[in-house]
This record gives sequence, C-alpha cells and structure tokens, in this order.
Amino acid sequence: MSLISVRDLTVSFPTRDGWVDVVRDVSFDLGRERLGIVGESGSGKSQTGRALLGLTPPPGRARAERLDFDGQDLRRATARDWRAIRGRRIAMVMQDPKYSLNPVMTIGAQMREAGRIAGVADPASTAHRTLEAVQIRDADRVLGAYPHELSGGMGQRAMIAMMLMAEPEVLIADEPTSALDVTVQVEVLRILDDLVRDRGMGLVFISHDLRLVSTFCDRVLVMYAGKVVEELAAADLDRAKHPYTRGLLNCLPRLDREPGPLPTLDRQEEWAL
Amino acid sequence: MTLLSIQDLNVVFPGKSGPVHAVRGVSIDVTRGESYGLVGESGSGKSTVLRAVAGLAPVSEGTITLDGQTLGRKRDRAFYRRVQMVFQDPYGSLHPRHTVDRVLSEPLAIHRMGDAEKRIARALDEVGLGQGFRFRFPHQLSGGQRQRVAIARALILEPEIMLLDEPTSALDASIQAEVLNLLDRLRVERGLTYVMVSHDLGVVAHMCERLSVMEQGRVVETLTRADLRALRATQPYTQRLLAASRGFTRADPVT
Repeated sequence: MSLISVRDLTVSFPTRDGWVDVVRDVSFDLGRERLGIVGESGSGKSQTGRALLGLTPPPGRARAERLDFDGQDLRRATARDWRAIRGRRIAMVMQDPKYSLNPVMTIGAQMREAGRIAGVADPASTAHRTLEAVQIRDADRVLGAYPHELSGGMGQRAMIAMMLMAEPEVLIADEPTSALDVTVQVEVLRILDDLVRDRGMGLVFISHDLRLVSTFCDRVLVMYAGKVVEELAAADLDRAKHPYTRGLLNCLPRLDREPGPLPTLDRQEEWAL
Repeated sequence: MTLLSIQDLNVVFPGKSGPVHAVRGVSIDVTRGESYGLVGESGSGKSTVLRAVAGLAPVSEGTITLDGQTLGRKRDRAFYRRVQMVFQDPYGSLHPRHTVDRVLSEPLAIHRMGDAEKRIARALDEVGLGQGFRFRFPHQLSGGQRQRVAIARALILEPEIMLLDEPTSALDASIQAEVLNLLDRLRVERGLTYVMVSHDLGVVAHMCERLSVMEQGRVVETLTRADLRALRATQPYTQRLLAASRGFTRADPVT
C-alpha cells in the first residue's frame, strides 16, 4: 500500500510575465521504499519535495488532482492538520546543516524543542537515543555542542536524528549529503538505508547526483524542466530510454572512461514540452 | 622539465586555540604542459596549497619555485601574468556590480596590456560565450556562464599556469562536462599547465595526468592517471575515496 500518492502535482510561481509552472503534472506513489528524485538545478525536484509537506513558499501555489498521505487528502489539510503531520509523520532533512540548525542553541536544546513540538513523550532521553541511532558515539558531547562546534557530517547526523525523534513514516531528504565529503556521504547514506529497512520508513531522496541515487534508491524519477521525463527501477538505469537521462549519465567523468572530450547534453526543445 | 616546484611546503594559520597546521611538508613538481591534480576532502589542505602558490596563504616553511626562480614573500606583477587562478564559486568570485566587460578590462589595465577591445572579444569567443555577453552583469548569467567568465578573466593575461580550485563543483553535471571540455581544449591550444584541486576522483582522472591525494595537510599518495584507472592505490584512504566515488554500496562496511 502506498504511503503517499500524488497525481498531476503542479507548482506555480508568479513572475512579471504571468504564472510559471516549475513543477508540471508530476505523479508518483511512495511505498515503504527509497524513491529518488533526480534532476539538475531548476528541474523542480526540491519544489516537488516541499509541496508534499505543504511548504511551497508563498506567493507560489501547489495544486494537484490527488495528494494523499495514508488515506488523508492533503489538499484540504488545515493548519492544524499540517501540524499533526509535519515533523510527526512526515519529516524533512535539508541540504546544509550549517543553515538548517539554529546557531545559537545547543544541539540538545534544539532536539528537545523539536521533540516537544512533535509530541514526543520524553524528549531528553529520546534525543540521546536517536543520536546513538545515527551512530554518534559520544551523544552527550554532541547534545551540549553548538552547531559550529560540529563537523558537517556530524551536524547532518544530528539533523537526521532530530527528524527521527517522532518516528515519522516518511522522510523527505533534500540533497542530504551534497554538502558532505564523499566518504562521510557514504556513512550518512548507510544510516538512512538502515532506517528505511529497520523502521519500514518511506524515503524520498532528492538529489542532483544520478550515480549516487542509482546506487542507493530502489526507484528513480528523472525530472527535467518541471516534468518527470522518465521513471525507472534504479537497477535499470543503464537501460534508460530518455535521451536526457542517458545524456546525464554519459556526461559524468568516470575512472573507467577513455580520455577525450566528455559527451555533452544536446538539449532538445521537445524535452521541455 | 619542471615549471612549478613546491618543496616541503608548510602553511600554519594562527588560530584562537593555537596555530592550525593546514599544510604539512608537501612537495610537488609540476612539469611544463602537464595537468596535475590535488585530491582530498574538506580540510585536507588541497586548496591551501594552491593559495600558497598564488600568494593568498602564508608560506610558513618550504620553498616554491617557478621556472627555477624561488618566489619571495610577495608575488610581483610579473608573477600574476604567468600564474592565474580560477576559484570554485562563480557566484562569489565575480563582482556583482561589474559587467563582464569591466571584469575582463581590469586585469588588462593592471598589467598595462593594450588592445583591450580585441583581447576581450577574443577571450569571450575562446570560452564560448561570444560578444553578446560583454555588457551583462553576473546576475544575468547562469553558473556555467559565470565560470566561463572567470576562466576568460584568467586567460586574458595569457598565463602559463592556471590554478584551478574546484572549478566545476558548483555546476550541474551537464554544465560540468562542458566546462571540463573547455578547459581541456584550452590547455591543448595554448600549451597551458594546470594545477587542479578537486574532491572528485572522476574529474581528476579525466583531467590530470598525475595527482596527489591529500589527507590532513599531507600528501598520502601520488599516482598517475593509469594507476588511478587501474585502481592501483596502496593507501587505505585513497582506496576509500575510490570506493566512495563509485557511489553507494550496501555490501561492504565502512572501516
């Protein structure tokens, strides 16, 4: 059974030349799986993720034929309904811990606050436990630390731990590892991977990195100019049909590639139609 | 023939809780016409090595020689004619209120090079932008276009060495391919020497003939492109970088 069901999601922003659709007719279902959304900057991948939580920044607007979470119609959700969902049942991890954590509160204080707002019974001990769940060995030090005292990888783990306190059913991760070093990236992904498996969470993994997504996720949506141009099982990425997906794969420098100019993307206008 | 030689370089920054030893005893020889890569993660000191060469970071110990001449504490104007740098973030490295024309005119004025009109037109053509971009402001350009302007600004002085600090890591993959191809073509056409810093082994393997892997301020391993492509890394850290560059793997545990 799917946790989230989306049909024809469109997100628009007003500009001087009228409304521009940055997400156009996106449809997908999310089960207890790792779903990747890949695209380049401006493809609408982040706005898709935000719309799932009703976080389309004003004056932008999101509309859809269907936007269901666990049988509930999110299009008609009131502010009160959203409060019961955000952070409690669907949580979101942003890209950069430097900007997403409050710089003047200790990690412990932020986690306890987040836990209290999400209705966690015992925020203090839950904070400690979830930090250990994301493989932070010295949880007490991290709880007492300010964000600037932590490395990027540690900060991102603390953010993930904060989002896990309420044991959400769905986690939306928007470029959760892009600001991290590659070796740390793998560690953070492993934590997310364990969480999906052990807790049966649904994960929406938004990234620009096609290779990373293809090795980590079960299923991939490839977005271009606001539309899903291709949906495929991650294992079948080599058999991608859409020229954009293939172009994106081929233009990456790889260790096993012969020297010579990299193939570049020859953008076709019909892709954006 | 060695064009740029770095011997036993140490860079120490003063810090609140004692000095920070960012680069520890790094020695690198870059041959004329080659492309040399420095790979490492954040804090490994790879950018600091580049900045020390450019005179943007203090050389605490060691010597840097260019064409046999040892560089002193301050770099003179002649040095910057020969050595130019391209920075990582094209959003931060261009003055937001200067047009492309002004960005490109300034180095020419500083170095008293005539023929500005012709040189600017040529530089814009060479980086694939063309005349139409000459009077635009940075905010009217995409990230890839901005990086091309930054490359044009470095090229316009006709340098011998280009110091490239993560020149494509802020760009989308498809744009990265275009900029890497541009850099590759320019090197061949102009006989340039590159020293390129990157965290991406794929990029370095594509661009550089030789590379050094850095960790915590030290060079842990120096490899050729052939070594890298054949996965002939002896150091565990390099092997971890190689594994991570292949993406996520469920099977092998991180050690």
